[in-house]
Amino acid sequence: MTQERIRHLLGIDDLNRDSAERLLDLADTFLEVSRRPVRKVPALRGKTIINVFFEASTRTRTSFELAGKRLSADVVNIGGSSSSTSKGETLRDTVNTLDAMHADVIVIRHAASGAAHYVARYARAGVVNAGDGMHQHPTQALLDAFTIRSRKGRDFRGMKVAICGDITHSRVARSNALLLKMLGADVALAGPRTLLPTAVESFGCRVYDRLEPALDGADVVMMLRIQRERLGAPLLPALREYARVFGLNATRLKLAKPDAIVMHPGPMNRGVEISEEIADGTHSVILNQVEAGVAVRMAVLYLAASEPGAPTDG
Amino acid sequence: MRTLLDPESVARGLRRMAGEIVERHAGASDLVLVAIRRGGLAVSSSLRDWLGELEGHQPPLGSLDITLYRDDASTALPNPRIGPSEIPCSLDGRHVILVDDVLYTGRTVRAAIDALMDYGRPRLVELLVLVDRNGRELPIQADYVLKAETIRNDERIDVFANESGIHAVVQSKSSPTIPPGAPRPEVK
Repeated sequence: MTQERIRHLLGIDDLNRDSAERLLDLADTFLEVSRRPVRKVPALRGKTIINVFFEASTRTRTSFELAGKRLSADVVNIGGSSSSTSKGETLRDTVNTLDAMHADVIVIRHAASGAAHYVARYARAGVVNAGDGMHQHPTQALLDAFTIRSRKGRDFRGMKVAICGDITHSRVARSNALLLKMLGADVALAGPRTLLPTAVESFGCRVYDRLEPALDGADVVMMLRIQRERLGAPLLPALREYARVFGLNATRLKLAKPDAIVMHPGPMNRGVEISEEIADGTHSVILNQVEAGVAVRMAVLYLAASEPGAPTDG
Repeated sequence: MRTLLDPESVARGLRRMAGEIVERHAGASDLVLVAIRRGGLAVSSSLRDWLGELEGHQPPLGSLDITLYRDDASTALPNPRIGPSEIPCSLDGRHVILVDDVLYTGRTVRAAIDALMDYGRPRLVELLVLVDRNGRELPIQADYVLKAETIRNDERIDVFANESGIHAVVQSKSSPTIPPGAPRPEVK
């Protein structure tokens, strides 16, 4: 029996193909827990998990909170505006403070790329990256892979995945591209030329400035959220223009395989990157992604919060 | 290594225990068997066959992985390979028999009882084991025991199943888990 601990999960590069697959297997177990009459196991009783969200997020924070609670850990949420950061405390001091409170795991969401790595450098606690700037969002990629696996089978080799939208600013796109490539999928990135990163080849993916070639024969279509706050900026055309050229609708989806699944990390801009009928249609697995999120985060927290020690028999 | 139970004596013993269950409870109508993974899997499926023969229908059979309920769950190394827990029906008001291969410290059974309660509220929970060995650390006892055995501290009891049936052997603690010459196929 392989036993290991993931102390920090900062990015997909903390995993390899083997450990990623084991983590997804473990998430299967936790999915079962979420479907029971009593949705709680005592695995992390007495452990403390602190969610530090310097950037607003309802979905991810709730998902991490439920994941911790379903493992019986004590979960505390700290938000950016209510924290001492607004009083001028440095991130370093925040980390020291949480360590002094004997946190076992710190889950951090921050607008600055690299924030989770910074925290991990100074924290005694395990650190889980819940999204840092334009860098990574590893648990999102893992829950996406989990969702794909439960629909399309465990073997990602030869599977065609299209990731569409604002690739440059998307940590979801980056983590997903890295993980799906690692698992063996054939990944295509598509978006307006202004929203494709300059070093995009380094992902090892096919890259298109139109949606159609990426959708062609795809098994999985992953739409990214257009961040409205970036609209009107010189990088992006108008909203309606974006929907017309880069939005996923029924006509475009016909280019993908008949049994293709459509994913979105949420929150959705209905009628912009994804049409109403597709979002609510039979291809959509968007709510399955939400359910998978709790299971995957339970697996990550379980591995991060358990301490090394001698296993006993009984 | 010495043999404690050969397949024939296990089969005979399980048939006897099936009869005991039916007799003690005047039938097996509300019975649910729950195997403790993985040791209890082979024993429970064989027991179910015997109950089916006696009663004309087989009781539902489920399984529990107790890893997340261990009393050392948060201090032991995490186990990234946790098997599925499958409870096929509601346990409310049912008569549950937990099935394991060896009863030793009692900690596994303690964890299994906790896990069971998260699936419902059984009317009665009993414990059936193939071998009851010395070394209890909790006040837990079995209701049905095929064989009670006292072994030395440097010994261990291994139960395994192959094509010929279920075996129980006593061997040195330091020896590898799979007895030589005995393939240990995945038992469903």
